[in-house]
Amino acid sequence: MKTARLSVRRGTADEPPRYAEFSVPFEDGATVLDALLWVRAHRDPSLAVRYSCINANVCKECTIAVDGKVVYACTTRLVADRAMVLEPLPGKRRLRDLVTETRSPRERLS
Amino acid sequence: MTHLDTDVLVVGAGGAGMYAALAAARAGAERVLLIDKSLVGRGGATIMAQMTVAAALAEESDDDWRWHLDDTLAAGRGLCDETLAALLCEEAPLRIREMGDWQVGWARRDNGRIAQVTAPGHSRPRCCYVDFLNTGPAVAAALRRQVSRIDRVRRVSNLTVTDPVVADGAVVGAVALDAASGTAVTIAAKATIIATGGLTRIYRRNSASANMGGDGYALALLAGAPLVDMEFVQFFPIGHLAPRLVGMDPIMWDPFRYKLGGRLLDGAGNEFLARYGSDETDAYTTPRDIASYAITQEVAAGRGSPHGGVYLSFEHVPAAALREAFGPVIERLARNGIDLARTPVEVSPIAHYHMGGVVVDERMATEVPGLYAAGEAVGGANGANRLSGNAIPEALVFGERAGRFAATAKPAGWRDSAAAEAVERIRELADGRPGDIAASALLDELRGLMGDDVGPLRGEVGLERAHARLGGMRAALGEVAIAPGRECNASLADWFELRASLIAAEAVTRAALARRESRGAHRREDFPDSVPQFAKSRRVAMDSAGSITASRE
Repeated sequence: MKTARLSVRRGTADEPPRYAEFSVPFEDGATVLDALLWVRAHRDPSLAVRYSCINANVCKECTIAVDGKVVYACTTRLVADRAMVLEPLPGKRRLRDLVTETRSPRERLS
Repeated sequence: MTHLDTDVLVVGAGGAGMYAALAAARAGAERVLLIDKSLVGRGGATIMAQMTVAAALAEESDDDWRWHLDDTLAAGRGLCDETLAALLCEEAPLRIREMGDWQVGWARRDNGRIAQVTAPGHSRPRCCYVDFLNTGPAVAAALRRQVSRIDRVRRVSNLTVTDPVVADGAVVGAVALDAASGTAVTIAAKATIIATGGLTRIYRRNSASANMGGDGYALALLAGAPLVDMEFVQFFPIGHLAPRLVGMDPIMWDPFRYKLGGRLLDGAGNEFLARYGSDETDAYTTPRDIASYAITQEVAAGRGSPHGGVYLSFEHVPAAALREAFGPVIERLARNGIDLARTPVEVSPIAHYHMGGVVVDERMATEVPGLYAAGEAVGGANGANRLSGNAIPEALVFGERAGRFAATAKPAGWRDSAAAEAVERIRELADGRPGDIAASALLDELRGLMGDDVGPLRGEVGLERAHARLGGMRAALGEVAIAPGRECNASLADWFELRASLIAAEAVTRAALARRESRGAHRREDFPDSVPQFAKSRRVAMDSAGSITASRE
């Protein structure tokens, strides 16, 4: 079976940057979000990623950087021939792993 | 620890929740708190709706809300709560026209009238929409704008209610988990509205967003409020199956079937719906429960398509007609390698909506003082099978009523001691826990189990197997591992989702076991016929020890 490789930036804003490597099963047409959810179910349940509508491209919550480019994880196709580098959205406060503070200031607790 | 105090707490900020917050403020509530485990106005089912909205607007032809009610009751296969169904149909036109006033751009004919199409189960053209595939996003955006203008509505995103707080037999607020900090938040409220949507995320194949794991059903049961019709999960018959389609909701094919018909074909390219008593020679008319059953049976008989569904074909439709109906969607399909003029797509039933839900009266009040429900979380209005287009009216009509009546709730007697157990649970779990069992893996297993054994076609053996395993998983909750680190701890959030989803799944399974007949969306291979004596709704309740039971009736 073909696999795809992900290099995912981990940790909170206070921790030194580090990257975790994952190999995930590759299926034609699969997306980066599919791969991240597979990692959460089968490899590392602690991997933090923000998403909501999963596949419909309406919620805009899963915005991250893939290979340095800002994209939606749910519409970015996985590639099998090289490692994809996944990082949190630049310019936003990092909360953990791929989750950044994207909430409106009016929708936060404090 | 953060403590919030409000008049009306709205749990869930999809269509029903946003409207409930709006209506509560309109009815005079001084402080309304609208919270969502996702982002306010971005999660939930409303924003996902690419389809149509039913309302007797009489724009295309003569219509009356009573005729809409007749169709709703017929679709519900004898189980609708007629009071709730009538409210839905009677107030839908008001809410849908109001959306138009709030800049929802309903598709219109050349003469300026709102376009209404005839969806399956409707006796006349009644279903309006926003092109192209934009109904839900437009409604959600309109509600977000309205809510954001009202200072009395405070919005908080990424706040997950884990437990209701019950004191002296009334719900007096809730305990929530703040995802960003991993800490407990207590919320005192005169009234609490469950607007968390349905449970379709507990199925492997679903059209749900991430937060449709059944939280509201668990909250109701934990508060002592009963549920009804929990065995009836609507499987949308023609969910997209293959080739892989990204950036589009899997239920997107329906509007095009309204416009163009389209043909459903088995794996060998033959039409099959006639064998199940449905004739689509002239138009797209097959109700959802019958279509899902027919497709499931064809696949079980070995007559399915390569990925385990059937074909949906528009190959007979001229290219110009395809372009007119699909508009820019043609290009989006092309980017996914789909050319409808040349090839069919594969479709199969997909968990789409839950008919069952919290028992409420016409004020949307549950049987527990202080607790209300709205939208898909409510049970009864749709009986055993929901009519196409009734979900968004239900969200808006019930949301409006829940907010309006909750605003008049009397002061509640909040007690810290009543919240202590739930707060302590969050504190303890947030410290992390070693172990080999992951909640995310159990959620994955749960979705497979429900899809296989409590899906579109059910039997005693599978239901008993599912029930036993669900019990095992609930018992394992105490050993599920939680990763260290409080901020945005995904495994901590998963634990609470798993806890709620297991309660909701058991409620569905219990009710499905008890209904030893086939009716609407509930199909038993061992009891294939509808039995008149079972034409009654069944309640599900949970006792203080957590044991879930379905009423006998």
